[in-house]
Amino acid sequence: MDFSQVQPIDPAVTLAVAWVVLGMLALPLARVPRVVPFFIFPAGAIVALALALTGVWAMEAAPSAAVLPAGLPDLPFHVRLDALSGFFLMLLGGVAFGVSLFAAAYFADDENPGLVTLQYHIFLASMAFVLIADDAYLFMVAWESMALSSYFLVTHEHHVEENRKAGFIYLLIAHLGAISILLCFGVLQGGFGDFTFASLRDAELTPFWATTAFVLAFFGFGAKAGMLPLHAWLPEAHPAAPSPVSALMSGVMLKTAIYGMVRVIYDLIGDIRWEWGVTVLLFGAATSLFGVLFALMQHDLKRLLAYHSVENIGIILIGIGLSMVFIGSGHPVAGVLGLIAGLYHTLNHAVFKALLFLGAGSILKSTGLRNLNEMGGLIRYMPHCAFYFLIGALAISALPPLNGFVSEWLTFQASLQAPALESSVLRSLVPIVAAVLALSGALTGMCFVKVYGVAFLGQHRHDLTHVPRDASAWERAGMVWLTAGCFALGLLPVFMVRQLNEVSRSIIGASLPEEALQSGWLWLTPTSEAQASYSPIVFFLMISAGFALTFLIVRWIYHGRLRRAPPWDCGYPEQTSRMEDTADGFGQPIRQIFAPVFLIRREIPRPEHPRPVFKQEIEDRHWYWLYRPVAQLTEFVSRHVGRLQQGRISVYLLYSFITLIALLVFAQ
Amino acid sequence: MSGTLAGGIAFQAMQTILAVLIAPLMLGWVNQCRAWLQNKKGPGLVQPYRVINKLFHKDAVLAHSASPLFRAAPYILFACMWLAVGIVPMLATDLPFAPAADVIALVGLFALARVFISLAAMDIGTSFGTLGARREMMIGFLAEPAMLMTLFTASLISHSTSLVTIVETLGQREFVIYPSMAFAATAFLMVLLAENARIPIDNPSTHLELTMIHEAMILEYSARHLALVEWASSLKLTAYIALGIAIFAPWGIAEAGDWTGLLIALPVLLLKLGLAGAGLALIETVSAKMRIFRAPEFLATAFLLATLGMLTHFLLET
Repeated sequence: MDFSQVQPIDPAVTLAVAWVVLGMLALPLARVPRVVPFFIFPAGAIVALALALTGVWAMEAAPSAAVLPAGLPDLPFHVRLDALSGFFLMLLGGVAFGVSLFAAAYFADDENPGLVTLQYHIFLASMAFVLIADDAYLFMVAWESMALSSYFLVTHEHHVEENRKAGFIYLLIAHLGAISILLCFGVLQGGFGDFTFASLRDAELTPFWATTAFVLAFFGFGAKAGMLPLHAWLPEAHPAAPSPVSALMSGVMLKTAIYGMVRVIYDLIGDIRWEWGVTVLLFGAATSLFGVLFALMQHDLKRLLAYHSVENIGIILIGIGLSMVFIGSGHPVAGVLGLIAGLYHTLNHAVFKALLFLGAGSILKSTGLRNLNEMGGLIRYMPHCAFYFLIGALAISALPPLNGFVSEWLTFQASLQAPALESSVLRSLVPIVAAVLALSGALTGMCFVKVYGVAFLGQHRHDLTHVPRDASAWERAGMVWLTAGCFALGLLPVFMVRQLNEVSRSIIGASLPEEALQSGWLWLTPTSEAQASYSPIVFFLMISAGFALTFLIVRWIYHGRLRRAPPWDCGYPEQTSRMEDTADGFGQPIRQIFAPVFLIRREIPRPEHPRPVFKQEIEDRHWYWLYRPVAQLTEFVSRHVGRLQQGRISVYLLYSFITLIALLVFAQ
Repeated sequence: MSGTLAGGIAFQAMQTILAVLIAPLMLGWVNQCRAWLQNKKGPGLVQPYRVINKLFHKDAVLAHSASPLFRAAPYILFACMWLAVGIVPMLATDLPFAPAADVIALVGLFALARVFISLAAMDIGTSFGTLGARREMMIGFLAEPAMLMTLFTASLISHSTSLVTIVETLGQREFVIYPSMAFAATAFLMVLLAENARIPIDNPSTHLELTMIHEAMILEYSARHLALVEWASSLKLTAYIALGIAIFAPWGIAEAGDWTGLLIALPVLLLKLGLAGAGLALIETVSAKMRIFRAPEFLATAFLLATLGMLTHFLLET
């Protein structure tokens, strides 16, 4: 065999199939003890790592394509791996590596490890096929297997009724999205040619049909991404799923929707109009602000993280929307900056959100708790987990020098290109969106101070039946990998930005100006050195030096004497952990300031009540103005359609007869 | 080139050390001015140094439940503020490390410090600490975007987010009042008051539980940790005032390589800092502390003013 002939697509397909094979192996081998945790999941992790490397290779190599012998007769599967797919494969592989290591420990004592292992690996493989699909047929097949396998994973603990309900809502919205995507491919094909992406790309569309295709793609993929107002499944499905699955769904699956959006809008539709960009921008801004406000109201850790996924999808959409506005108004270079910011945030969110979900999984496994109000003081029992979670929390709060800050910085830089726009409406819109982004970034910081402070710091608020143990070695390995990712992407952004520049070149045909990125690996200068520069390494070193220097000087000049004492009790000796602030208490200022956003139901006990209980529920208004009316309409329609159902075969034969006649009359 | 680079590094180190050393003096000056305005004698300019020195000599008392995060936080806070005064051009724009952090990163740096001190406040698990952390984050989430918008207005005028370029561009403009900068300056002043725990948002000299924010957070700190926290707050005040000077009154800051300019820059800087401190004392004397739930209104006003400033720039000045 000649290895010089091997192209990135070959290992990509092989590795995706390897995942399927590993999953199949798990079924018969599940009864053998230790095979699933010590063989299948680590092997799956190695496949993931290899896939990530293939993705890196594909970003630098020329696009490679192949036709698979599978599929229907005369309708084979086309696969293709270009720089964009390579980037997302790298994201998938990189995150899946950490999550699979963690999952090895997490699923080890599951009652039915075989089935969940199969579903898990099918889920991974179908995501890989979504990313390399090169025709609408394979894309939809992979997209649906992704939805179904993740549905089964969400309802893994199906004996809990809430989980079944969550799974149903997820499946419903996933299919609404899928129908929309299918229709979009139909519009793109326009009745000519076949359904390969190559011919969809070449199709000439009138502006009306192009806009229709954009709307279908935007909402179809938006439903999967958790964009407002189609986000409702996210906060239900993520807490229901086992934690490694939540990590994959939030970290990677939502990103396949971003991939789909970029692939269809930038690559297949082409000619981007600025009106589309404004749509994406507005939806992105609304999504990000809504997501973070609702996250602040939650006390279920996984639900809170799910709302943060909604927020981060909003931030990604802001980046992509900016890019579309700039490209649509004839400024492709600024557009490249926006796209790079959006894609960089996609990768960053995948890494830190997976890390945070794994941390939540460790807490759940160790203490059995998901409710923040019952946690507290975990840093003393789970110091490793606490450290990794802290890094994840700082990264998602967009604090320098970690990775979340880099993409937010790039998004701000893109929005500061606004003076280039000719239309004054657009020029004023972009800064307002930047203001929303700044606000939601700061709110995220508040939310994660709440999460970390309530869960890990302070005193524990529940009666500990046993001392919680720290994360196990496998769990830690998974979290260490993702923590390292947060640091690497935060400290060395220039390498990734260069790669993303190539990705943009391959799909937009434009790239950042020559003088940008010429300042070496230390300095991130997306436009030019005088305009903007940021060096996370110098920043990090200066803070570390300041820290060390202060510490040494204080020790050297003064002393290190220390005395332990009980905390100050304000003169009231009776101090219990119930007096600590709760997660809901922490969010109270937000509840008051943004009251109109929330639907708050309060039950206030009467003064003479013997055992007063104060109850408060916060609901999402979307259920009332969007989901319930649609559900009622659907029920109404199906009730009336149901009248056709008579239960007598002669009536059904009559229906067929009438249909045939009608077809003969009209279809000439 | 290497000569100028070495000179630049030496200069930046000098500016940082100078700022770290005079920061408590700045606080002393504000307190002294306030005392004068209130017809009091005042403790003298060097009182903050005496307090810090006293605290460093004491034995630290630490709660049993304190985690390593609690002990590390004052050092992190101090290091952040140290970096902040190091990158804001005060005397000259010849700062080789300044490109490491532009205005967005500077806001991120303040946010990093805020997050760490709030986490430390929640570490012991007393109700006071959490109360303070919650209020601090409430102030922070509104002040941070307002600050960013203010800085963006300056960035849009000078086509750069780098502080050095902003100062060089704005310093060369003739003295005209730009409407966008007027909005931005008002917003910046409001953010400065809120972020530095000054009246009308917080009162640095109170320990009344219903009103305090910053003091509630650092209630459990003592000795060297408290000294660092106090020093860091004075550094933060200096950094904010220096940032305000750099953006809204950059005249007199020396250009790169202009060593004679430094001789003028130093007295000019001291004069500006002195005026700013006196102004701050005046604001604190003539205004009363707000109820805590008026604070969001105050900061939302700052946020809207800053955003308006940016829009004004687009509508009127381009």
